[in-house]
Formats: sequence, structure tokens, C-alpha cells
Amino acid sequence: MKKLIKSITAIAVPCLLLIGVANAAGGETKELKHQHWSFTGITGDYDSDTLQRGFQVYREVCSACHSMNYVAFRNLGDPGGPYEPAVCEQIPNLPETVNCSDPNSNPLIRALAAEYTITDGPDDAGDMFERPGLPSDYFPTPFANPQMAMAANGGAMPPDMSLLAKARHHGPDYIYSLLTGYEEPPETIEVMPGQHYNPYYPGDTTSLLKEEYVDEDGHPLEGVQVPYGGTFKMAAPLSDGIVAYADGSPETVEQYSYDVTNFLMWAAEPKLEQRKRMGMVVITFLLFLAIFVYLSYKQIWRDV
Amino acid sequence: MSHQSSYQPNSGFERWLDKRLPLVRLGYDSFVGFPTPKNLNYWYTFGGILTICLAVQIITGVVLAMHYTPHEDYAFWSVEHIMRDVNYGHILRYTHANGASMFFIAVYLHMLRGLYYGSYKEPREILWILGVVIFLLMMATAFMGYVLPWGQMSYWGATVITSLFSAIPVIGDPIKTLLWGGFSVDNPTLNRFYALHYLLPFLIAGVVVLHIWALHVPGNNNPTGVEVKNVEKDTVPFHPYYTVKDGFGIVVFLLLFAAFLFYMPNALGHPDNYIEADPLVTPSHIVPEWYFLPFYAMLRAITFDILFIPAKLGGVITMFGSILILFVLPWLDRSKVRSMRYRPVARAFFLIFVVNAVFLGWLGGQVAEQPYILLSQLATLYYFAYFLIILPLLAVLETPKPLPKSIGEDVLAYKAKKKSKPAKPASDTSGTPQPAPAE
Repeated sequence: MKKLIKSITAIAVPCLLLIGVANAAGGETKELKHQHWSFTGITGDYDSDTLQRGFQVYREVCSACHSMNYVAFRNLGDPGGPYEPAVCEQIPNLPETVNCSDPNSNPLIRALAAEYTITDGPDDAGDMFERPGLPSDYFPTPFANPQMAMAANGGAMPPDMSLLAKARHHGPDYIYSLLTGYEEPPETIEVMPGQHYNPYYPGDTTSLLKEEYVDEDGHPLEGVQVPYGGTFKMAAPLSDGIVAYADGSPETVEQYSYDVTNFLMWAAEPKLEQRKRMGMVVITFLLFLAIFVYLSYKQIWRDV
Repeated sequence: MSHQSSYQPNSGFERWLDKRLPLVRLGYDSFVGFPTPKNLNYWYTFGGILTICLAVQIITGVVLAMHYTPHEDYAFWSVEHIMRDVNYGHILRYTHANGASMFFIAVYLHMLRGLYYGSYKEPREILWILGVVIFLLMMATAFMGYVLPWGQMSYWGATVITSLFSAIPVIGDPIKTLLWGGFSVDNPTLNRFYALHYLLPFLIAGVVVLHIWALHVPGNNNPTGVEVKNVEKDTVPFHPYYTVKDGFGIVVFLLLFAAFLFYMPNALGHPDNYIEADPLVTPSHIVPEWYFLPFYAMLRAITFDILFIPAKLGGVITMFGSILILFVLPWLDRSKVRSMRYRPVARAFFLIFVVNAVFLGWLGGQVAEQPYILLSQLATLYYFAYFLIILPLLAVLETPKPLPKSIGEDVLAYKAKKKSKPAKPASDTSGTPQPAPAE
């Protein structure tokens, strides 16, 4: 065994050393800011107040460019959502006809949907018409088609936000870090017009290094640190005070980012609470079953 | 079945049926009275676990198919529809997606068990070969299934893997066109992959039946590798002894499954697959699912031409060869001793093989640049050397430790050892390997 361990270390140590060298290369992002998210952990869930504020940030800021095609107004009233049944039930003087567990009946959702204008049709005459939104409608897209979206955003397509929090590595921490991470570009790089620098954006700043920092082949000179992150088309979307909160929460970029990240995680994974609750039941059952089967096993095998 | 049938039809109906179609007898002799070596450890529960995995995949898969739309414009949408609007759809889909990973965890452990205890050796060659066939079918099924959500990794993974076929001389390009149903991965590709993804699991189920049949003719191998000599002393009936032991193994495995399914359902997936497929945007780093990574690493390890074979074809040959070589394993390892319990040198190389395979998996997830290429080449070399050089040579060179006379004797010796040394966790597998006497 000793011999074996020796031979394994003899292979593994040089390998690990080589890997260490490889990781020192450029094109990396700054280490993400790790936040405490209420939805992590085995009992984690969403906080409806946070989700409501996050929805407000999405609606007043993000939705100007980003669609959210897979989320309908009715989803906002689903269990675990920003206007979940528990929120609906707290409305004073709620008429008895209202069934809060049905988002179509939830007055908050109905009112909210009605604030949007939806193009529907064609009607009997073959014309499209506009009407107030219904809980069953999906969020309208900010642009009629991808081409229009790209034309309005300097050639880049703002990604759909329904799944964003699951579509990036460490999604929530990434979104939070990106939103709060905009800063002046480092001295060593030249940011193109219409582009914005962010140390958390997964890009490569090597090609942006100013002439005096690179050799003829475009490689960074000895001792020149390639800055973290990259540049992209989105300018810093949030600034202090840009959204007015009704509940007295701080109106800071950090708070907005935190709230909207929670909302995006909910949009990407709306069934998280139900899933974890079901997991508790299943795992408890399996644990008891495991004990029961193990004891049966010991009993049956006692004489073998 | 090769053993004497011990089925006694009790009721009049059973006797009537037994004369016409002895279905109950078949079930009884296979899964109730079947004499099974009494020394099988938990590594032998993976057969049962894999049966459960296949059943879970087929049941969840059939229900998912009721809600899924195999069309390039609707596939991604319909998966989100399942996740958001179908009753328990999120559980179904996460079960199916994580179930694939669980299936591969179990099949890899099952295969390593076979490698360690020499379960591929005479008279179980056909059993082993059928197992490799199942493994190949599983890989094809999993690969096509991963394409169906039509995310970025689905699309680009499919593009990379199907393009490999174009490396084959002459017929490569027509094969690729046939797989695609056109000149790129497109709607026809999605359609045919969906049809095949639905078909292949039933082929797997069919080969599983043959696999179990081939198991029941010679009977189980066991950790000593010594054949059953006395049915009374060496075996116990499958039921209740192994139904309950496998049952415990299955429940513990389901706990692992549930931990992933309910608390980290996306941990084994790739975030890019939550972005809808876009033929105009190539992800910066295309990686297959974790269970293909060791083979992906071997594919990419061949960066040089070998004589008249171009590097791309060399990589494809290496990748497929790494699996095909398993078909001839029973004739590469000619050692008469099955179990590596009694082959200390072979065991050391086997453990390195396991570490090497995990290392290959890790390399498969890295970008294709140095030093990873060199490391992949070394690891690939060991993978093949293990089968082509080490095992054949050890069969001649190694002097194995003495084998127990019978399974029954081994069990008694194990019990005696356990009694005499209660302080130490006694296990006859953890005995220090002797220095190789033959070298």
C-alpha cells in the first residue's frame, strides 16, 4: 500500500504543479461577491417583500431592454412568488368572492396586469387591437423582434431574463457582482466607444491593452497585469435613488441589485420552495425506510 | 436456468399454467429461489440499482414526452412549459436529468466492480459483452437526450460530436449528413434524435433481459472469484437474502439521488443549457455532460497524425477504441485468478486505473491547451496500457495469493477473523498487499 501511495504521489504532484502554472494566465474575472441569499440551503425560500421590490426594479429599469418571455403575470401570484396567496390574503376588506390561491382572482395580479397594454387579435374584422393586460398574459417584450433589440442596443441583444439566474455560473452572485461592480476602466486598457468596462464580465481585456503595454505580437509586456473582466454594451443600469421604494428600504445600488437578483432567481426557478418542501418529505421517508430495510437485512442474515 | 428448478406450483391454477407457459416458474427460479453466493458485498447491489435507474428514466421519460415538443422553435419553450406549468413537471424533468447522471454513476461503479473481481472472465464473457453493449446504448441515449432541451450546450455538443463522424474516410460525410438530416444540426436532427431517444431505452431493456439471462446461466461471480462448489454451503436463495440486501443498497442510492434532485438539481448540468440554442453564437467552451468527460479527454488527446491517420480520425479511433477494447478484455486478461483480492500487483494497477479515469474526466472539462493536452496524452496512454500491456503481462508474471477452497470456507474464515480481532475493523479486502513475489 505504501508503495502504491508513493507511486500515486509521484504522478500526482508534478501534475498539480503544472496545473498551477496554467491557471496563472490572463482573461479572468474578479472573484464574485458572495451574498447571503435566502433561497439557498435545504430550507431556503424566497422573501415576498424582497421579490416585490425586485420586481419593481425589473419593471422600472431592466424591462426597458430585457424581455422575460417565460413569465406570465399570473406567475407573480403563484405560491412562492412576489404576490403569493399569503400576500393577497393580507389585503384589508378582501371580498369573499376572492380566492387568493387562484392568481386569476388575486386582485393584486389583476390590477398589475391591467397596467400593461397588450396587443391582441385579430378581431372579427381581422384587425389587431389593444387591451389592458390579463393575469394570463405574458410580460410584453420591449422590442418587436431581435433585430430591433440589437439596433437599439449597439448591436448586442439584451438576453431574455426568465432564466438568467440559472444560465450563468454562480448566477445570483454573478448578477449581483456585475450590477454593483461597474468601475472606471484601468489605466492600461482602451475601452471602445459604446462599450463599458466591468471586472466581473467574462471577457478578455488582453486585446484592449494600450499599445505601450504590448509587444509587436500583441502579447502583454513583462510585468503588465492583464486587468480582470471585460467590456460589453450595457452601461451601469442602476444608480442610487433611481427607483423609489414604498417600504422605506434603502434606495442604493446594492439594495436594488440584491432585490432584483432575488427576483431573477425566482423568475428562473419559481418552483424552488415546492421542490425543497417535497424533498424534506421524500428524504425523511427514505431515511426511515433505510433503517427499516437495514434492520430487516440484519435479521434475515443473522444465521448466514 | 442452469440450476435445478425448485419451484413447486401450489394452487391448481399454477399447476395448470405451469404446464402451458411456465412464466411463474421462470420468475421464481430467476428472482426467488436462485442460488446466490453468500459472500456478495455492497458492490454487487449496483445491478439492482441500475434496473431501478432504467425504470425511473423510462417512466419519467414517457410522461415528459407527453408534454415535450420536438421542434427547433418550441423545444426550449416546451421544456420551460414543463418546468413552470405542468403539474410536478419540474420534479419530473429534474428526476429525468439527474437520473441520467445517477444511471452513469451506478454503471461506472458496476463496471469497476466487474473489473476488480474479474467478472468478465470465463464463463462470463457473454455477460460482460452484453454489459458493454448496454453501456454503448446508454451513451447514445444520454447523448441524444441531452440535445432535446435545445439549449446552447445541446446544440453545440451535438454539432461537435456528430462532426466526429466526418473524420471517417469516404463514408464519414454521408454518415454525418444522415445523422443531421441536412447540412447542419437543425430541426430534422432534433426530430430524429427524439425518435431514437425514445427507441433506445427499450433496446436497452431488451439487452438487460439478455444480460440477466447470461448472468443466470453461470450464476454470480463473487468477491473471492471462486466458483460455487456446494450449493448448500456456498449460496443462499436470492429472495429474501439478496432482495433485502439490494433493497438497502437501492434505498441508500435513492437518498443520494434525492439529495441532487431536490437540493442541487442543476449542479451536474451546464448553465449554458438554460440559453436557447443559437446557431450564430458559439459558446466559448463546449463541454459534454460529466459522464462523457473521460472519453472526451481521450478524443482531444490525439493532437498529432499517426502515420497516414490524421489527428482528428486518430482521436475518434482512440475514443471509440477506449470502449471497444472492453469487448475483448476477457481475452486480454488471461490470469486464471478472477478476483484482485488475490492479485496484489494487479490490484495496485487497478487502483491507479481508477484514479487515472477520474483524472481523465477532470481533464475533459479543461480547455484544450497545455499542459492539459500532455496530461491527457499520458492518462490516455495509461488507460490503454492497462488493458493492452499491464493485464496481459501480469497474467503471466504475477504470482497470486492462495485462494480460499470455497466460498463457504472464506465466509467462515472472515467471521473467525472478525471475532478474534474485534477492535480492528477486519476486512479481508484491506489486507496490505504483499510485495510482488514474481517481479
